[in-house]
Amino acid sequence: MIPMNKILIIIPAYNEEQSLPGVLEDLRGHAPAADILVVDDGSCDGTASVARESGVNVASLPYNLGIGGAMQTGFQYARNNDYDIAIQFDGDGQHIAADISELLGPHAAGRADIVIGSRFLKRGAYRPSFFRKVGIWIFSTVLSAILGIHVTDTTSGFRAANRRVIEYFARAYPEDYPEVESLVLLHRAGMTIAEVPVQMRDRTGGRSSITPIRSAYYMIKVLLAVFVDLMKK
Amino acid sequence: MDIVKVLAISGSAAVLLVVLELIRRGRLKERYSLLWLFSGTVMLILSLSRGLLEYIARLVGIFYPPSLLFLVAFVFLLLITLHFSAVISGLSEKNKRLAQEIALLRQALDEVRRSTGSHGGVQ
Repeated sequence: MIPMNKILIIIPAYNEEQSLPGVLEDLRGHAPAADILVVDDGSCDGTASVARESGVNVASLPYNLGIGGAMQTGFQYARNNDYDIAIQFDGDGQHIAADISELLGPHAAGRADIVIGSRFLKRGAYRPSFFRKVGIWIFSTVLSAILGIHVTDTTSGFRAANRRVIEYFARAYPEDYPEVESLVLLHRAGMTIAEVPVQMRDRTGGRSSITPIRSAYYMIKVLLAVFVDLMKK
Repeated sequence: MDIVKVLAISGSAAVLLVVLELIRRGRLKERYSLLWLFSGTVMLILSLSRGLLEYIARLVGIFYPPSLLFLVAFVFLLLITLHFSAVISGLSEKNKRLAQEIALLRQALDEVRRSTGSHGGVQ
């Protein structure tokens, strides 16, 4: 970890009171120098109070904005408080705090504006279901066709953004399923994207927002959004 | 005067009157009423002047002139709903910005309270 950089870990959380304490503990153990902001996305459970009790900063949205609006709130906080790096970290326990130092490597070397933690660069650990595999393959193929770069894990929500990206995302961030779309926006804005291998755990609590039924809708919506982005000015 | 003409005139006049009354009472903002006023006026003119209606109908190849009225009304309704979709998109963006601003202000307030030693978070 680079000591002179001001680092913020943004945890978008919607009804994650069960998994959040473990996540915060993991972060405190492995990334003690970083500040933490939990963005409580209009949760109905004790997400906000659980986070507040453990002493981290909490931005509570008055109603549920969805992951895009919640993450953007985090980037606005990072911009307003002058952070050098903002790391997106899930509140459900699937990301591993020890991997954060991997994410900061390319930033330290000045090689990238955004670094994505990829499940697929390390062999074996993660085995997605068949449909997910197909979806992931389609996203990667579409992105490498239009961006000319290869991103193995386009839907990963484990990312580290530098000041340029923080500034950009604070102003414009996609709403519904932002991971894939945000890469297209960044690429069009001339930012560089890098990937590092990370591992991910199975969820420790709560439910994934992506059910098999929603997957098809998700795919179509994301691809549509990507093409709309390409047509914009 | 045939029935379709009476219906058309009273219909478009009613739309205009209702819109004007809503503006007068402050229930409708002028910027969102312009399309309604414009479409009501066009519909009224076309209903009043059979000659104009028949001329335009012949021009675009419509055999039964009153059906031109339906076409015009339909196109206006499409425009108005499209306009509203754009307005709603703008409003939801502004709404999102406000929600984010509130969340950040709550957080800042929490921090101030913590540093001044007063208790309790903001719910």
